[in-house]
Amino acid sequence: MESTIRLSVTRWRPDKSTPPGQQEYEVPLRKEWTVLDGLNHIKDEIDQTLAFRWSCRMGICGSCGMNVNGEPRLTCGAFLSDYAPGPIRVEPLANFPIARDLVVDMSDFMKKLPRMKPWIIRDDDALLDGDGEIDGEYLQTPEELDAYKQFSMCINCMLCYAACPVYGLDPDFVGPAAIALAERYDLDSRDHGARERLDVLIEHEGVWGCTFVGECTRVCPKHVDPAGAIQRYKLKAAQQTVKAFLLPRGMR
Amino acid sequence: MSGNLTLRRPISTWWWLRKRTYFVFVMRELSSIFVAWYVLFLLLLVRAIDRSEGAYADFLDWAASPVIVAVNVVAFAFIVLHAVTWFSLTPQALALRVGGRPVPGWLIIAGQYAGLAIVSVLIWWLVNR
Repeated sequence: MESTIRLSVTRWRPDKSTPPGQQEYEVPLRKEWTVLDGLNHIKDEIDQTLAFRWSCRMGICGSCGMNVNGEPRLTCGAFLSDYAPGPIRVEPLANFPIARDLVVDMSDFMKKLPRMKPWIIRDDDALLDGDGEIDGEYLQTPEELDAYKQFSMCINCMLCYAACPVYGLDPDFVGPAAIALAERYDLDSRDHGARERLDVLIEHEGVWGCTFVGECTRVCPKHVDPAGAIQRYKLKAAQQTVKAFLLPRGMR
Repeated sequence: MSGNLTLRRPISTWWWLRKRTYFVFVMRELSSIFVAWYVLFLLLLVRAIDRSEGAYADFLDWAASPVIVAVNVVAFAFIVLHAVTWFSLTPQALALRVGGRPVPGWLIIAGQYAGLAIVSVLIWWLVNR
């Protein structure tokens, strides 16, 4: 007889007026199975009505993030055996509105992301040809790549937002992943947009909203260190303020 | 999908008791109050010295009262927490490069403890010379 483990899964349907509740399922406890495999087993064999997001099963698409025993995790990387004997509590990512069962609504992040201008901004036209079209490429050394590479590894899985109590208490806060991405472009040697991004991030809901809980960095499956990015931004913003105060315009 | 049919979950007032890391964070924030208390205590000491020998003796009596000693013991514990946690967080905020190479985090932390030791010895020498 195969051993099993119990999953306690959050259920909520937008068309029913009942509050969210936990439903228990018994799934096979196999050494190579993750929480996501358990959920797929439920969906395939026990209860087709369960809703959750997933895609790649290998920690790169960033769509299967959920709270597992209260901790934001990619469920494709959370092994059932690590939680034995169970039960394992599987909930939708904290701090986001629930759309249905384990699916959350991320549209708030989607609104914030473009405000960071996460693309390369140039203040010259070095690569523009006669017709105003871009022709050629901006070169970069391996050292220049290393300067921002860590911050470019983000997969937008939203675990950092689920771990951030500041975002939970104040949803206007821009949040860890978005600021880390702004830092990724600021540190890119090809980019000239640091000033434009600072104008957005220096607002109250920008970097100064962060109180350095550091939990975003701890839960990040890609070791992006958003907390580090935000603190460096604070340092830059403070230096800018001091410079603006002390130095004449030409020397800033 | 961002219509009205989503459910926002309220955050409990006691969210910071749910996880050890959240609890340590809140204690670190709380420690600022005790840092402020130490500043006030020091200013009161300086004021007493400035006024007269009698005022200084009164201050010492007040500072030796059980309540103030108890407050200062608690304050000291929080200030140690404040220093240790902030020291350990510094490398994340400070990306130092010397000669094009990044300075490792442990060296930045060690530098802060060395700085603390130097200042402590300096003050000890000032008081006891």
